[in-house]
Amino acid sequence: MISVQHVDKTFGKQQVLFNITADFQPGKINLIIGQSGQGKTVLAKSMVGLHEVDQGQILYNGRDFTQMDKRQKTALRQEIGMLFQGAALFDSMTVEENVKFPLRMFTKMTKKEMQDRVDFCLERVNLSGRNALFPSECSGGMQKRVGIARAISMNPKYLFCDEPNSGLDPKTAIVIDSLIKDITYEYGITTIVITHDMNSVIEIGDNILFIHQGKNWWSGDKRDIIETNNPEIESFVYASEFMKKIRASLRENIS
Amino acid sequence: MIRNLGAYFLMMGWVLRKPRKFSVFWAMLMREIHAIGISSIPIVVLMSTFIGAVISLQTASNMDNPLLPSYTVGYITQSSVILEFSPTIISLILAGKVGSNISSEIGTMRITEQIDALEIMGINSLNHLILPKVFAAVIYFPILVIFSMILAMVGGLISLIISDLSTAETYVLGLRSWFEVYNVIYALIKTVAFGFIIVSVSSFYGYYVKGGSLDVGRASTKAVVISSITILITNFIITKLMLL
Repeated sequence: MISVQHVDKTFGKQQVLFNITADFQPGKINLIIGQSGQGKTVLAKSMVGLHEVDQGQILYNGRDFTQMDKRQKTALRQEIGMLFQGAALFDSMTVEENVKFPLRMFTKMTKKEMQDRVDFCLERVNLSGRNALFPSECSGGMQKRVGIARAISMNPKYLFCDEPNSGLDPKTAIVIDSLIKDITYEYGITTIVITHDMNSVIEIGDNILFIHQGKNWWSGDKRDIIETNNPEIESFVYASEFMKKIRASLRENIS
Repeated sequence: MIRNLGAYFLMMGWVLRKPRKFSVFWAMLMREIHAIGISSIPIVVLMSTFIGAVISLQTASNMDNPLLPSYTVGYITQSSVILEFSPTIISLILAGKVGSNISSEIGTMRITEQIDALEIMGINSLNHLILPKVFAAVIYFPILVIFSMILAMVGGLISLIISDLSTAETYVLGLRSWFEVYNVIYALIKTVAFGFIIVSVSSFYGYYVKGGSLDVGRASTKAVVISSITILITNFIITKLMLL
């Protein structure tokens, strides 16, 4: 489990996160949602140590990340996988080299073991046989899947996904969502997904944290978000007439 | 400027550390030697041959004093090429080619979150990305400069023969006259310093870029300008220390 306790973060004079407290459950998909510029990505990047928090604790199964020395952080980071918004694949490397990279850096696997692991990860994301492609030769959806393969290559306990569906067509977005869901449940990973995609919220949101004005504004699950009358959630999640109709239909089904 | 200087030295503190995995470092070093060194050979060949030819022609065309021996052309070409042209001018050219390349490569990695990806894996991204480039430049720039010296002198020879301004024997006699090995050592020391400056300064501007592709372009321009200015200042300091 990852527990964020009273986290504040300021950039210059601008405070972005205000006393955020939240728990992210293992074996579940924990969504962080909210409008652009509300601090979702800052929170996620603070949780993985890309930003240092001003105060507060970030506990990975009780181990406070903010108090760790460099060696401890490096060790913990090997338990973390991250899928970036733009996949962030190393463009000088092939698909296979991208997935193999963390294994080369951190394990003492033999070449055969590494190859087997790479093939397994690529097969897991339905990219078998695409080993020799370069990221520039892959579509957006393929890049995201390679990003997932790289993120799971080290058997992470924690998986962070920053807007995994951005820039993807609805069908590919569903494929990515399903992959994240399957991997999370299969390996019992604590998965944290930052998303704007309301389809993802309804489909895979086991736990949902709504960040507004840098604060933990609301939390619940996908059933709660359908039933809530919180005005900020209403104006964000159900901004369009289409989403309002979907909610009405879902509410009918629930009742 | 002082803030940038401080950030630069802090950055170098992270760069100049033992690589995490030697096999990965070695692979990166080979890639960088190709990118920084081998791919620069054509421009070095072209620049050195033609500028060597022009130095010889200009010297010969201005030598109308009968008291000066005819081999002076070779001697002046040798001195100009070894002391200044090959180490400094070639380094300035490489600052443009290699420096902008490094800055835009690292800058693009920054804005596409590839550097964040390295950091999240627990990798010292500065050491991983920049140290192989520094080693590649420090190892390969002197090789390029020696290559440039030879080619410039050959260019001078060809131009003089084609223009019928001197004979090969006279020119080679000039090249060998008052030849100082120390001058070559001085040139190579300068080159190592310039290589280090080009790579580290360009990496600095690329690594700390913020924004989008326009900012990467700006950082690249800045990297070339600052590298070139730093080369000129360092050239003056090393010359003062080693030749005077």
